[in-house]
Amino acid sequence: MSSVRIMDEDQIRRAVTRVAHEILERNKGLDGVYLVGIRTRGAVLAERLRQAIRNIEGRDVPCGILDINLYRDDLALVNKQPVIRETLIDFDITDKTVVLVDDVLFTGRTIRAAFDALIDLGRPACIQLAVLIDRGHRELPIRADFVGKNIPTAKGQQVRVRLSESDATQDSVVVEG
Amino acid sequence: MGDWTHKHLLDLQDVSREDIELVLDTARSFREVSEREVKKVPALRGRTVAMLFAEPSTRTRVSFELAAKRLSADTLSIQAAASSLTKGETILDTALNIQAMNVDLVVVRHQASGVPQMLAAGTKMAVVNAGDGCRAHPTQALLDMFTIREKLGRLDNVKVAIIGDILHSRVARSNIAGLTKMGAKVTVCGPSTLLPIGIEEMGVEAVYDINRALKDADVVMALRMQKERQQQSFLPSVAEYVREFCVTADRLKKARPGALVMHPGPTNRGIEIAAEVADGPQSVILEQVTNGIAIRMAVLYLLLGRKV
Amino acid sequence: MSILIINARVVNASGESAAACDIRIDNGRIERMAPQISRNGEQIIDAVGKLVLPGFIDLHVHLREPGREDKETIATGSQAAVKGGFTSIFCMPNTTPAIDTAQVVQYILDQARKVGLVNVYPVGAITKGRAGVEITEMMDLRRAGCLGLSDDGRGLMNAGLMRRALEYARMSGLLIMQHCEDETLSNKGAMNESAVSTLLGLKGDPLVSETVIIARDIELARYLSARVHFMHISSARSVELIRRAKAEGVPVTCEATPHHFALTEDLVKTFNTAAKVNPPLRGWDDVAAIRAGLKDGTIDCIATDHAPHTQEDKEVEFDAAPPGLIGLETAFGLVVKELVNPGILTMAQVVERMSGAPARIMGLESKGVIAAGKDADIVIVDMNREWTVSREDTVSKSKNSPFLGQRLQGRVVATICGGRVVYEE
Repeated sequence: MSSVRIMDEDQIRRAVTRVAHEILERNKGLDGVYLVGIRTRGAVLAERLRQAIRNIEGRDVPCGILDINLYRDDLALVNKQPVIRETLIDFDITDKTVVLVDDVLFTGRTIRAAFDALIDLGRPACIQLAVLIDRGHRELPIRADFVGKNIPTAKGQQVRVRLSESDATQDSVVVEG
Repeated sequence: MGDWTHKHLLDLQDVSREDIELVLDTARSFREVSEREVKKVPALRGRTVAMLFAEPSTRTRVSFELAAKRLSADTLSIQAAASSLTKGETILDTALNIQAMNVDLVVVRHQASGVPQMLAAGTKMAVVNAGDGCRAHPTQALLDMFTIREKLGRLDNVKVAIIGDILHSRVARSNIAGLTKMGAKVTVCGPSTLLPIGIEEMGVEAVYDINRALKDADVVMALRMQKERQQQSFLPSVAEYVREFCVTADRLKKARPGALVMHPGPTNRGIEIAAEVADGPQSVILEQVTNGIAIRMAVLYLLLGRKV
Repeated sequence: MSILIINARVVNASGESAAACDIRIDNGRIERMAPQISRNGEQIIDAVGKLVLPGFIDLHVHLREPGREDKETIATGSQAAVKGGFTSIFCMPNTTPAIDTAQVVQYILDQARKVGLVNVYPVGAITKGRAGVEITEMMDLRRAGCLGLSDDGRGLMNAGLMRRALEYARMSGLLIMQHCEDETLSNKGAMNESAVSTLLGLKGDPLVSETVIIARDIELARYLSARVHFMHISSARSVELIRRAKAEGVPVTCEATPHHFALTEDLVKTFNTAAKVNPPLRGWDDVAAIRAGLKDGTIDCIATDHAPHTQEDKEVEFDAAPPGLIGLETAFGLVVKELVNPGILTMAQVVERMSGAPARIMGLESKGVIAAGKDADIVIVDMNREWTVSREDTVSKSKNSPFLGQRLQGRVVATICGGRVVYEE
């Protein structure tokens, strides 16, 4: 099994900063923009984006955490069920621009579940999607608005994102298989 | 966090400390769902949960029903005969009929101890015990532990006093099983006729003196005292019970300041608990009810939220 | 038709014969026992490698007829008995109607004769309808064929009535067989009262519900010099009370069941209703005391308390299930496994507890021993045979055995009753 490192710590930091700029540019500032990260690594990335935006703009954008497991479409099929953790969003998303943040965009099914979870919480004016990696192979008509890096992969390969906050190791993106 | 491997929830005796922690942690996530505008998640869409209640219990049944509905499961409710002897159909037969309708999980309440075991052995459905005889009421104990942990931040070394009719209480038995497993120190207290033989072997201290039981308690749990215990000569009179064992504001002062006051409901105000205590600032009785839904959602999710 | 058992290694209560012999049976009696008997056209049974014992006598069986023929009949109960090696069984009066009149006794004897497998001795009720209020017409019951009286299933609670029953029974020559249970103490308990009943939330029947009746009846027996037989004793304390009474010369006897020397209350933890029985299964100390009592003779005999119940009756909540389990077919295998193999009883003691003592207690003078002139009630057993208790192998009409699936050792291969082969494997 081969294992190729695609991004290191610096590259990830630069990608996050670039996406932060793009979010500000697309939305012409911060007004009405909320970040929502998908547990676990999407939440870490959302928090990093919040800090990057503060470094650029000098003020904070509200940031929440979404657990999408209860909305997964494969719950009845898995043998080992996911552990459910809290959704922590202490703001009303109705009529706001929600930037959904995740680490890897693959089949699109996680994002589909996130849409349902978000819409149960309120009716956002629009949802935008920011991901660190887009590796292709979509099974649903979903695309990202902001992409840290596009990586062409074979379907059977694994893309592993490691972030210091959640994985207790140095930041990296590795393609295996 | 450990994986949930049980097919049923029958009793806390056979559930590990890690399993209990998993249920409590999962329940915490589910409490948020009930606080939303849209109180529903699709996790158990397409699953069917039957309530098989042979004993009238609106509260527990409604709590389970809401929990199932908030997880998008379909629910149905069946009132079973109080005893197989009064009706031709046995409880097992009733359960097999429910199973034939492709129900995934049955929540059962019965006045005879061991009926959930019987259904678990005799059917293919997942079984959740919603109270059997004097034996077990695991979701009540879980919600009690959840409430204590949320309020006090821990269960380890928490001193819990359970006051009242221990002999006939499945709530007491399940709480003893769960709390001792989680490291809490449990004291049971009641009239000597209502403290069952060998209760110490469950790892608790048994006392007759309520002042001793309440001393330094972090949690005071009063149990329902049924008036018919007087006719069965367990008690000389309800009045004497009140004099000796009612949790009053005065007696509560013996407990640690801010000790939690709990009751599995429904309360007999003025008998096992004074109204001013039940409604007082230390009472978490209504929070227990709220937490009951989160706990039952967690249990249903853990039993059904995967390939079954 | 005569029978000749050849190569018979005979075990009586007095001991095991030194060498094998032949036994000639004619006209329902043992005619002759000798090293080698010349053949004269008899049916030959070769007992080589087996043991030949007096037929077992069970003082405590429920045949359910009349009234509950769906659970057992005199016919199916007799088949179960001979398969278990029993040649005489005493059937309890908790039938519908109860065995409280000469007519019911006659009915049972007639049915048993038609079946013709085993000696059936109806035990009459002590009180009319077993209601514990008025004593039965004991003289009439005696004439109809009763040897003992019991209200089994219920204890005789009223001490004054027990006194009258003992006095009147003495005149009729009947033995009073007490079901030892104070119902105000047992209080419809579903299992033994203990830490286990507390854990399981089941209503407990404390062992004192048994011992207070035994203690009371020992005092009555002493006062009246009347015989009392205590049935199915289950606790260590009961054994102790009876041991002391016997040492003091009080004329009491008692029996214990295989399930009370083989099983403990821990079996109830599965809520298996086959483990629900009255008196209930007790703790390990009690089991050990029952075994010790059987060894030292405090407990005179082993009785099965064979109590058949249908699947419908047992497949209910533990609280609602009727107490009782079947025992005729598993008794001997359990005796070998639990008492003989661990060295608690010798085979001679087994014969004493299962045949010699019960014959003596009930006054069956021509039974309980293999000797010339005695009734030809004989069982041939294979001590080495291992077998598994199973539903399919059970001939009793009911299958409510907690031993299903257990491996036992020692099996009956042939039973001869009244000089006829009534069972052969």
